[in-house]
Amino acid sequence: MAEKLVGKISEFKDGDRRIVFFGDHEIGVFRENGAFYAYSNYCLHQGGPACEGLTIAKVEERIMPDKTSKGLYFSDTELHFVCPWHGYEYDIKTGECVSDRRLKLRKYEVIEKGDELYVRA
Amino acid sequence: MELMSDRGRRVTVDELNTTRLLAHARQQAHQRKLDDMVIVDVDAHHYENEHMKDILPFMENDVLRQLAMAQGMKGGRGTLMPQQIGYQDVGGRVTRYPLRASEKFEPGQHRDVQLGHRWMDAMGVDYSCLFPTGMLNIGLHPQKEMEVDLCWAYNRWVTEKVLPESGGRMFSMLSLPFSNPDESLRHVETFGHRDGVGGFMITAVRTLPVYDNAYMKVYRAIEERGLVLAFHSAFNWSENVFRGCNRFIAVHALGFSFYNILHCTNWVVNGMGERFPKLPVIWIESGLAWVPFLMQRLDHEYMMRPSECPLLKKKPSEYMRDMYYSSQPMEIQDLKAMEQTFRMMDAENRLLYASDYPHWDFDLPSTIYDLPFLSEKAKHNILGGTAARLFKLKPRNDKQKENLIRFGNYTAAA
Ligand code: FES
Repeated sequence: MAEKLVGKISEFKDGDRRIVFFGDHEIGVFRENGAFYAYSNYCLHQGGPACEGLTIAKVEERIMPDKTSKGLYFSDTELHFVCPWHGYEYDIKTGECVSDRRLKLRKYEVIEKGDELYVRA
Repeated sequence: MELMSDRGRRVTVDELNTTRLLAHARQQAHQRKLDDMVIVDVDAHHYENEHMKDILPFMENDVLRQLAMAQGMKGGRGTLMPQQIGYQDVGGRVTRYPLRASEKFEPGQHRDVQLGHRWMDAMGVDYSCLFPTGMLNIGLHPQKEMEVDLCWAYNRWVTEKVLPESGGRMFSMLSLPFSNPDESLRHVETFGHRDGVGGFMITAVRTLPVYDNAYMKVYRAIEERGLVLAFHSAFNWSENVFRGCNRFIAVHALGFSFYNILHCTNWVVNGMGERFPKLPVIWIESGLAWVPFLMQRLDHEYMMRPSECPLLKKKPSEYMRDMYYSSQPMEIQDLKAMEQTFRMMDAENRLLYASDYPHWDFDLPSTIYDLPFLSEKAKHNILGGTAARLFKLKPRNDKQKENLIRFGNYTAAA
């Protein structure tokens, strides 16, 4: 297991993302609500750069007790990152593909050492 | 650059650089040695609406040209082509749509050719058939004379200003003004011999009867020239049957198959395969899943109602198997179903790889190359061998030549 420096934590703002090249690995590192997440940058669909696109809240639909729909809204709790090639959406906290949660991007361990952030592969 | 996200939040992304965006496609091409195979993309696109000021001067009729150019000068307020409501980029999630204008290109070569070569080189595509985007709706134009003149102008512009700059790597099947059979024939006679013209395309978003006697001279003219006829599908949310759909996914999933199902059915039951046995016909951008569906539906009914299809000498599915299909968008979620589909359509000889790039649901060559049930020969044929024969395309290196010879696709390519 080797480690690769991602950068200084103090320079990594909430909502930022970095792509780290590490041997054969290409890793997307996100900072969201203070936490760091790192996933393979190879989309499970056709291999696109899964971590390089938009981040956007999950879209949900509100269904009332009588089963009528109150329409669409953005989730307050679940954020997705979206592969820019065709739009596969991934849960930023788990790396699960939200259309089929059995599919998961490879997750990398993130290590904080003082002000430095590393990923381990 | 910044893109709009949820609740007005802005997300920073790199400006568009197609080569960089498709870096993983290049890796795939390298790993699979795709440069050793002739790869032909029978359906790629450009956005001709970005070039209307260059296209419109080619219109023939003085009055219509003035009308169109004046309309174009009004910027966003002028509408010239039938427009569609659609959300192809899924709210900007498919970033190359909102970032498109940010891509840099070098002076000296047409922008669309440069961008085309970037994605072709990334994917390992040797040749691509360039189609317009907005023009796919031309069949909805309420003015026949405007449809004719816009097709004419586009066809002149693309054959005179765009394709010649591609070094022979881009060709097209030109849009026919199908509402006017006489003018369609004139298009075939005028443009059929031009470099880069592989055939003609009927934009499928229309409900005209493809079996009408008025069109027989058009099909014959295409057949006589050894060219190809293609039906390129799309969607139309305003079509009555789709007005009940509230989500774009429904309109898109159904629409692209719907129009080709309609025209293919009429084509088959009216015995067009018997009338034009040497005319290669390609059904473009409807996916593949509709093919076994339609084969089964038509065969089932034909057995009971042969009196309604007196020209047929074999089952409808057999005529369908005589025609060609572009591969994209390949419904790949159930591999076993896909394998059946490939068997039923004789994919080894009838399926043609298509990317549809840069549209949102494009497919890379690896979608074909990685299919576990395909033979080597089938992979080579689908990715480009069959199309190289159809469009008489030459290998671009010795390995490609070797592979074309190895799988019997070299004859016409030499
Ligand atoms: S490759 Fe990521 S969505 Fe298709």
